[in-house]
Amino acid sequence: MRIVVCVKQVPGTHDASIDPETKRIIREGIKVVINPFDTYAIEAAVQIKEQIGGEVIALSMGPSRAVTVLREGITVGADRGILLSDRAFGGSDTWATSYALARAIQKIGDVDLVICGKQAIDGDTAQVGPGIAAHLHWPQATYVMEVGEIDGASVTTKRMHEDGWDLCSLRLPAVLTVVKDINQPRVPTLKGRLAAEEQQIPIWKAEDIGADPELIGLHGSPTRVVKTNPPAGRGKKSVVLDGTVQQNVRALVHEMRQRSLI
Amino acid sequence: MIANTTEARAEYRNVWVVAEVLAGEVQQVTYELLGSARDLADARGSEVWCVVLGSGVSSQAEALFHRGADVALVVDDPGFVSFVDEDQAAVLERLVRCHKPEIVLCGATTRGRALIPRVAVAANCGLTADCTGLSIDPENGDLLQTRPAFGGNILATIRCSDHRPQMATVRPRVMNELEADTARSGRVISETLQPAERNGHKQILKVFRDSDNSVNLADARFIIAGGRGLKGPDGFKMLKDLAEQVHGAVGASRAAVDSGWVPYYHQVGQTGQTVQSTVYVACGISGQIQHLVGMQSCDFVIAIDKNPDTPMMQLADVAVVGDLFEIIPALIKEISAT
Ligand SMILES: Cc1cc2nc3c(=O)[nH]c(=O)nc-3n(C[C@H](O)[C@H](O)[C@H](O)COP(=O)(O)OP(=O)(O)OC[C@H]3O[C@@H](n4cnc5c(N)ncnc54)[C@H](O)[C@@H]3O)c2cc1C
Ligand SMILES: Nc1ncnc2c1ncn2[C@@H]1O[C@H](COP(=O)(O)O)[C@@H](O)[C@H]1O
Repeated sequence: MRIVVCVKQVPGTHDASIDPETKRIIREGIKVVINPFDTYAIEAAVQIKEQIGGEVIALSMGPSRAVTVLREGITVGADRGILLSDRAFGGSDTWATSYALARAIQKIGDVDLVICGKQAIDGDTAQVGPGIAAHLHWPQATYVMEVGEIDGASVTTKRMHEDGWDLCSLRLPAVLTVVKDINQPRVPTLKGRLAAEEQQIPIWKAEDIGADPELIGLHGSPTRVVKTNPPAGRGKKSVVLDGTVQQNVRALVHEMRQRSLI
Repeated sequence: MIANTTEARAEYRNVWVVAEVLAGEVQQVTYELLGSARDLADARGSEVWCVVLGSGVSSQAEALFHRGADVALVVDDPGFVSFVDEDQAAVLERLVRCHKPEIVLCGATTRGRALIPRVAVAANCGLTADCTGLSIDPENGDLLQTRPAFGGNILATIRCSDHRPQMATVRPRVMNELEADTARSGRVISETLQPAERNGHKQILKVFRDSDNSVNLADARFIIAGGRGLKGPDGFKMLKDLAEQVHGAVGASRAAVDSGWVPYYHQVGQTGQTVQSTVYVACGISGQIQHLVGMQSCDFVIAIDKNPDTPMMQLADVAVVGDLFEIIPALIKEISAT
């Protein structure tokens, strides 16, 4: 079984801020981390490998410093990493990102399963996983909370919905996106760290994956961010209720009634 | 599809809403989207079409007309009794290519967020996720889509000028539904799923629907959420009582979920769900940034905590200082008494 895990490097939550001048997300000089959902994706892949054998490849698209998330993946059990990095990929939206990742997956070849995180915490779109599936014409299961039976031909997954879940069987190759509930990512070992240090991570450019220049980067992105603003503040100061229990509860219910909330 | 000239864009007309259908029933978020679609279509001088993919759904058209749709485009197929995203995406792609809508809206639910990206990729058009604001640019008629990114720390406005249709998923509970007007009617267009659109690579083996309304965070107007301050699963029983009284859902911090007091699908925050309810009551949740990014867009936040200095108590519109084990039962009593 050959499994590709898509891993994204994202700004750490504490550092998320926008440049007051350019109104863009500040990405320079801030702490970057592996997208939290992608750690569950890696663990899911490694568990499948341990169960039925095979290979786990971590794949990322981003600037050259994104190799660190691939090394992190190798530390916890991925066999190798591949970085897509090229100026031409700059400015990609989810359409162009999923196209580039899908081309890379085709180039890797013989891939049975692609696992992504549910969403990346910077864009919060959850579109890249299904986008990859669409580019490859593969079936998909999103919000996967459990991987059940798996063999070379099919995989059974439990998908989470707002109102419950469903069990579905997908013919391979397929794409999964996973939520946190699926597993508990393992702690890196020293051996893993050494393996990750030693590895050479190949960097693929747009032409290496045979990408159509019209379909990548800003060119290949139908959407344009035209403006960013800080959200409207929550406005007025909080009402603080710090009397007795009875007083507080009365005041709270009164406040809710006045606002027709109850 | 690429539409980078005025003439090419003019071929695309009308605003579509892809209905959210569960067990043959159109869900609330659909009505909200119809309300928004109505405004957009009026601004563009065009029609609102509601696309209904489901099994046994033909009877739902009337209600859609009452809520603002001019056309119900119905694909009634027994295979749609459960959610096979591949097949739904395939039929939607064909309908989009054939009828050329200008705008396509879908709920930003687990199903909508799985389905629409497939259509957008296949039809080569842009897709903006989780919108909270939609308007028409008066200058050129483009759809201006506003969405929170970075866990709500920024609001981005996105435009998609050279491709049509313009597609967006929209968060539940953000747009306003129209009041039902029984005098309104419309046309039904029936389409069928073609054999080639049946992908056959996915089989739904079992569907579990939680009859417990307290789990549906996306649709809830009220969310009563609990954290480590609840001390254990019994604390959540108390929250559920309160939630039942206000017809709300129960949310939780990661600390509470990781402690095993409540299942993961209640988790709000960066590694849980992003919610946007009218009221969010945070009980014993300190409000670390990873939790706040999942709920800070809620309209009205009430925090109950014995420590008045937590980030949640600072953010809250009403901060109630005290022991939640005394306050919540008293609150339940007070609400039911009056
Ligand atoms: C990558 C990553 C992702 C994360 N994702 C999420 C996420 O999705 N969602 C999330 O919630 N967290 C997330 N976290 C964890 C987050 O950082 C916090 O650890 C967590 O939210 C804390 O939960 P809490 O507020 O319930 O607990 P605490 O911080 O321990 O707060 C408990 C509160 O209860 C109050 N309290 C205690 N007893 C009482 C009482 N009797 N009456 C009244 N008040 C009382 C205390 O004063 C305190 O304010 C994530 C962390 C990381 C690193
Ligand atoms: N640049 C990228 N490189 C690798 N994987 C990505 C990239 N962008 C998104 N992904 C994958 O797609 C998932 C969803 O991302 P998004 O659609 O951006 O919310 C992530 O959890 C990753 O698994």
